[in-house]
Amino acid sequence: MVEKLKIFLSRFYIAFIILFLYAPILVLVMLSFNNSRSRVTWGGFTLDWYRKLFSNGQIMEALATTLVLAFASALFATVIGVLGALGIHAMRRKNYQMMMVFTNIPLLNADIVTGIALMLWFVHFIPLGFGSVLLAHMTFNIPYVILSVMPRIRQMNLSVYEAARDLGANAVYAFFKVMLPQLASGIISGFFMAFTMSMDDFVITYFTKGPGVNTLSTMIYGEIRKGIKPEMYALSTIIFVVALLVLLAGNYRPGKKQKNQELLEKEMRR
Amino acid sequence: MKKTKTMNRRTLLASPYIVWVIGFTVIPLGVIFKYALTGQEGGFSLENIGAIFDPIHFKAMLFSLEIALGCTLLCILLSYPLVMALKALNMGRQSFVMFIWILPMWMNFILRLLAWQMILSNNGILNFLLTKLGLEALPLANTGAAVMIGVVYDYLPYMVLPIFNAVAEIDEDIIEAAKDLGANGFTVFRRIIFPLSIPGLLSGIVMVFVPSMTSFVISDILGGGKLQLIGNVIEQEFTKSSNWNLGSGLSVSLMIFVLLSMAFTTKNDVEGKGSAIW
Repeated sequence: MVEKLKIFLSRFYIAFIILFLYAPILVLVMLSFNNSRSRVTWGGFTLDWYRKLFSNGQIMEALATTLVLAFASALFATVIGVLGALGIHAMRRKNYQMMMVFTNIPLLNADIVTGIALMLWFVHFIPLGFGSVLLAHMTFNIPYVILSVMPRIRQMNLSVYEAARDLGANAVYAFFKVMLPQLASGIISGFFMAFTMSMDDFVITYFTKGPGVNTLSTMIYGEIRKGIKPEMYALSTIIFVVALLVLLAGNYRPGKKQKNQELLEKEMRR
Repeated sequence: MKKTKTMNRRTLLASPYIVWVIGFTVIPLGVIFKYALTGQEGGFSLENIGAIFDPIHFKAMLFSLEIALGCTLLCILLSYPLVMALKALNMGRQSFVMFIWILPMWMNFILRLLAWQMILSNNGILNFLLTKLGLEALPLANTGAAVMIGVVYDYLPYMVLPIFNAVAEIDEDIIEAAKDLGANGFTVFRRIIFPLSIPGLLSGIVMVFVPSMTSFVISDILGGGKLQLIGNVIEQEFTKSSNWNLGSGLSVSLMIFVLLSMAFTTKNDVEGKGSAIW
């Protein structure tokens, strides 16, 4: 009896939390089908916003900027981060610790402080625009890559690399053939995380972007006062469904399960 | 001998990153300090840093602190029952749990906040349901309570997941042993689960406290522009008043405050900090 009550209460509480998490998403999905420009009245079901979305140049441009930015910043951050982690790992204890402190600064600092500090610095040498936002995104992405690769480097078997070198492989060849495969899972999750962080960022982009450059986040923020274009709800619903499918596919592929779970855990603990 | 040599040369791989850290972490912090320490007429001055104690700014700072402490506490109070409920249903290790939490993040967070604005507004969805049920409507729009709901909504995952992960790692045998020795559910929680979840709790606190204190978008949308967090004040110094020195000064004060409060929660070893965040 007590056990049954416990199960019931547990189910009830979990359902409550899930409702709390997904209520706003439900509202947004409904708005994407709402045949009215107003947010407060229901004007019947329509697919118009989905049709109009693809001919809305502004939104498509912001989407392209967001995706290119996320991809480029994640890619560059992964290269610099992986090399950085390999180098830091070989440092003496004192330098190692100092580098890890610097790596933690962008993570622990408030986004608003990071964004402002970068903006104040950027205005001295580059025009604020896509370039400055890219530099800013790389700056906050590199630490995520380093922290996700570092545990793999610690577990890595260095003697395999030494053996490859002894057998005549040059450093670059041995790096790509022996070291990189051992680090692959850390590198992939680092890249994935950097991509997500970049897609998700608003505050740092807001301070480091110039006029005329918009990501989806800054565009939505700019529209708050005038009212959000309903096409935006349609786009968000599409992104949400794509993410849902990708995560489902990743989660339920046999054999991949464990790895994906690790990936998600890391993602969530960022 | 050879090994140390390769180790030493391997540090060279970090050179691009070291350049990056100097160029985009150290120098920008130097620049913000320089702006913060420059007075209105140029020259060295502490007035911008001290400006945090001006009544208006101090009020915003106190409200931010109130929101951040309240949010952290509410997140803790919501997280433990959830983690225990998931455990009771044997969902302690399922990727389904991660899945539930990660998915909402793919919906733009500003849009989700706007959805909350609609849910909480005076003639919004929540009040519609409440009046249908014969209850009194809640005037939540543009109140501190609405801002609090917003920050809790946004940062709850960062509290739940570290605690969830810490609890999932607890050896089931320890709990069984305690039960065999006569401990009831509450004792098991108090003596085993809670103490072993503390590392997760601490990283949760770090990850919830700082962003909930410094956010400006949430208060902007759910506070109706009337409720000012310190983040709003700083943002306006840059976007509206264009007093960069004052904005920098407030940012530096905020940074110092945050670092000091972090010193209370995290221990002083760097390695631990990194893995706690992780």
